[in-house]
Amino acid sequence: MNAPLPGPLADNPSLDRWVSFPSPGKVGIFTGRVELGQGVLTAMEQIAADELDVAMARIVLRSGDTELTPNEGYTAGSQSIQFGGVAMRQACADVRALFLNQAAKIIGCAPDELSVRDGAILRKNAATGQDYWTLAGAVNLAVQATGSGPRKPIADMTVIGGSSERLDLPDKIFGNAIFIHDMRLPGMVHARVVRQPNRGATIDAVDEKAILRAAKTPVQFVRHGSFLAILGDDETAVDLAATAAVDHVGWQNVEAPTAAQQEANWLLQRPAVDRIFGAPDEGNPQGRQRFEATYTRGYLAHASISPSCGLAEYRDGHLTVWTHCQGVYPLRAALAKTLGLEASAITVHHVQGSGCYGHNGADDAATDAAIIAMRMPGRPVRVRWRREEEFVYEPKTPAMIVKVRALVDDAGKPVDWTQEIWSPTHNNRPGAGGNLLGALALPNPPPEPPPNDVPESNGGGATRNGEPLYDIAAKRIVHHLVAETPVRTSALRGLGAMPNVFALECGIDELAERVGKDPVAYRLSIIADKRARAVIEKVAAMARWDAKAPGGAGHGRGIAFARYKNRAAYSAVVVELDVAEEIRLAHVWCATDAGLVINPDGAINQIEGGIIQSASWVLKEQVRFDNGVSSIDWETYPVLKFSEVPEIDIELINTKDEVPLGVGEVTAGPTAAAIGNAVSHALGARIRDLPLTRERIMAALLKE
Amino acid sequence: MTQEFKFTVNGKPVSVSLGNEETPLLNVLRNELGLMGTRFGCGLEQCGCCMVLIDGEPEKSCGKPVWSIAGKTVTTIEGLGSPERPHPLQQAFIDEQAGQCGYCLAGIVITAKALLDKNPSPTRAQIAAALDSNICRCGTHNRILRAVAKAAAQIRAGAGA
Repeated sequence: MNAPLPGPLADNPSLDRWVSFPSPGKVGIFTGRVELGQGVLTAMEQIAADELDVAMARIVLRSGDTELTPNEGYTAGSQSIQFGGVAMRQACADVRALFLNQAAKIIGCAPDELSVRDGAILRKNAATGQDYWTLAGAVNLAVQATGSGPRKPIADMTVIGGSSERLDLPDKIFGNAIFIHDMRLPGMVHARVVRQPNRGATIDAVDEKAILRAAKTPVQFVRHGSFLAILGDDETAVDLAATAAVDHVGWQNVEAPTAAQQEANWLLQRPAVDRIFGAPDEGNPQGRQRFEATYTRGYLAHASISPSCGLAEYRDGHLTVWTHCQGVYPLRAALAKTLGLEASAITVHHVQGSGCYGHNGADDAATDAAIIAMRMPGRPVRVRWRREEEFVYEPKTPAMIVKVRALVDDAGKPVDWTQEIWSPTHNNRPGAGGNLLGALALPNPPPEPPPNDVPESNGGGATRNGEPLYDIAAKRIVHHLVAETPVRTSALRGLGAMPNVFALECGIDELAERVGKDPVAYRLSIIADKRARAVIEKVAAMARWDAKAPGGAGHGRGIAFARYKNRAAYSAVVVELDVAEEIRLAHVWCATDAGLVINPDGAINQIEGGIIQSASWVLKEQVRFDNGVSSIDWETYPVLKFSEVPEIDIELINTKDEVPLGVGEVTAGPTAAAIGNAVSHALGARIRDLPLTRERIMAALLKE
Repeated sequence: MTQEFKFTVNGKPVSVSLGNEETPLLNVLRNELGLMGTRFGCGLEQCGCCMVLIDGEPEKSCGKPVWSIAGKTVTTIEGLGSPERPHPLQQAFIDEQAGQCGYCLAGIVITAKALLDKNPSPTRAQIAAALDSNICRCGTHNRILRAVAKAAAQIRAGAGA
C-alpha cells in the first residue's frame, strides 16, 4: 500500500534521484536545496544518516545541480526542512526498506528481523555479511518511491536532534576557496556589465577611449543591443573600466526613482489589482468600539555582504552556468527562454555565495555571464557585480502600507479584523515570470510580466501573515497589489510577514492598552492554539515578564508573537530596550516551537540571525531614492553593527514532534513588532512607521 | 610597462609583476597569489571582508595599492592556521559554530587577531568595538563575540597563537 508522498518526492519520485551507493562505503545523497548559509546541507546529511543508518562521514552530498539533483524549485520560504527534509527522510526510508527486503531474500528471513548499523545489515544484532554495498548491484533504485518505507521513530533517532557541526564552516574559517567568487577556470575572462539604468533605456554613446584610459591595462567591449560588457584578463582593469563607464556611457529614456517615491505612502492611489478575501462583510460597528491604525515600512535591500557573481561557459553547443541563486532549475528555464536554447543544452550548478536572504542579484549575475559567454564560445566568463551595482540593481523588498481595522467587544476583545495591505509584488523571481535584468537590455526584450504575487496557497506574498492567528470571529484581508513601482521588487526573508506582523502585533498591543490589560495576558485571553500559548508563556517566563513594569521613562519592553505563514514555526519574542535620541537594544528573548528540530544549534543560529536582521531593518534600514537609488554602499545603507547587537536568549520547545516546521524566517515579524511595542512602552508614544529613525522618535516625543 | 613588487606574505617572500601599481593588494592576493581566503566585499574599505595584517596592523586590503606594500609583511587568513594546526581563534569559531554564510569570517578572524595581539583580555564591549570595522549581515554577531572571548581565554591559558 502506498502512502501519499511528500511534495518534492512526488515531484521527483525516482529514488535514484535522492540516494545512490556509488562505491564501497560511500553513500550519495542528492538534494535540490542549496546552502545559503543556513546550514541546510548539514541538516540534510543528518536526516539521511539517521534514516539510512550510516555514519555522516560516508555521505557524499550533491545539491542544486540540474544534472544531478531533484528539482525542488527554490530554496526559499523556510521550506527546506519542512518539505525537502521530509521528502529526503521518506526517500531514505524507502531505500532502506528496499535493501532490507533484498537482504531478507538472500539470508532467508523476514525483513523485520533485520536492522542496519552504519550500512551493515544485522540480523538480531549479529553480522550477516551483507551491507548496502554488497546488495547495491541487486537493488534497483530507479524505481518510484512508495512512501511505505517505515520511517525511524523519533525516539530512536541518534543524529537528528543532535547539534552536528556545520560541514561548510571550516572552509570558511580557514579561508579556503569555497565561494563562487573564488572559482577560476582555465582561460577565464573577467567581466563587468555596464548596467542599463531601467527597462527601455538605450545606449546613446560610449566613450570607449575614456574607459580604456581609466582601465590602464587593455580591456575589450562586448555589446548586444543595450547590453554592454567590459572584459579582460586583469580584474583590476575591468573594475576600473566598469567604474569609469558609469560616467562615460550615455543613455536615452532614463527613468530614475525620485525621493517622493521612496516612502510607502506613494503607493496609495497607484494602479493596483484589488482583492478581498476571508469573512465576507466588515462587521456592523453598531455597539462596538472601533480601532484603526496604519503602519508602514519603506523599501529594504537584501544587502548581501558580497555582490553577486556568476560564471558561464558556452562550448560545443552546451552552456554551463555556475550560480549562487536559490533555484537552479527555474534559472535554467529562464536562461533557455532568454538565450533561445533548449533547456537540455544548459547545465546550471549551484556554488555557495554569501547569504542572500531572498532574491538578490544572483540570477542576474549568472545571466550576465551567460549572455557574454554565448558571444565568445569556448571561453569561461566570470561576472562579479560591483558593490554599488548590487545595491542599486538587486530587487528590493517592497515598501508596504498595512492598515488594521478592528471591532472590539465590551470586554475589549477583537471580534472583527480587517488587514488592508498596499504592496508591490514580492515575487519577481525568474521562476514566477520575473525578468532577468540582462534580458531587458537585449534586442527584443521580454514584455513586462503581468502583476502577480505569491499565491496564498504558497503562503502569500504581501498577504503573508496578514491574518491574525487569534480567535477573532471574522477576519478578512484587503489586498492592493500595486502594479506601478519605482524599482524592481521581490522576495526578502519573510516577504510580507514582517510588515503584517508588525502591524497586527502592534495593533494587538494598542487594543490591550485601551482596556488597560497586560500585553501577555491580553494575548493569552484571545488565543486558544496550544502551541501559540506555549511560546508566549515560555518567552514571558524567560524574560521574567513583569506585568506591572513601569514604562515611559525611556526604558521599555515589548512582546510579539507569530506563527510564520500561519503554518510553519511558532515564535514569541520579548525585547527590552532604551530610547534616548536613538534606540539601544538591551536584551532579546525568544521561544520557538519548530516541531522536530534536526539540528538544534543550527536552528538557534537561524533564529538568532533572523532576530538581528529584523532589528537592523527596524532600527536602521530603508533604501533611499534621489534621482536614482541613492543607497549605494554601507555608509548610505547602514546595517546593525557589532556594538549595537543585544544579548539574545533563545529556547526551542517541542523539538521531538514528528513534523518539522520551517524556522528560518519565523522571527522577522515578531522581532519587529516586539521592538515597536517596547519603544511605545519606553516613550509612552507609538511610532507606526519603519524604520524607527531618530527623526521619528523626536517627532513622537514632541507629539506627546 | 610592468613593474615588480616584492613583499612578504604569510612568512614567505613574494614577487609580483604588474602593469598597474595601483592594483589593490586584495586583487594581488586573490588573482596573482591564489590566496582566496581574503574576500572581496565592497572595494570601498567599508565592510572588512578583505581584512589582512600589514606589519601587524589590521588593514582593508581592497584599498591598499600594491606599491604601498613593497617591503612589508602581510598576514592573511591562510597564514593563521590550518585544520591540522588551527589558530586558537579558528578553533574557537568552530567550537562556537560562529558562522552562517561565513563570507565575512576570514576578515573578522583577522580583525580579532589584531585585537588580541594588543589586548589579551578584552571585554565584550571592546571586542564589539574592534569588530565594528567588519560587517556581518547574517546576524552571527553574538557567536562571534563569544568565540573571540573564548579564544582570548585560551591564548591567556597558553594555547599557541
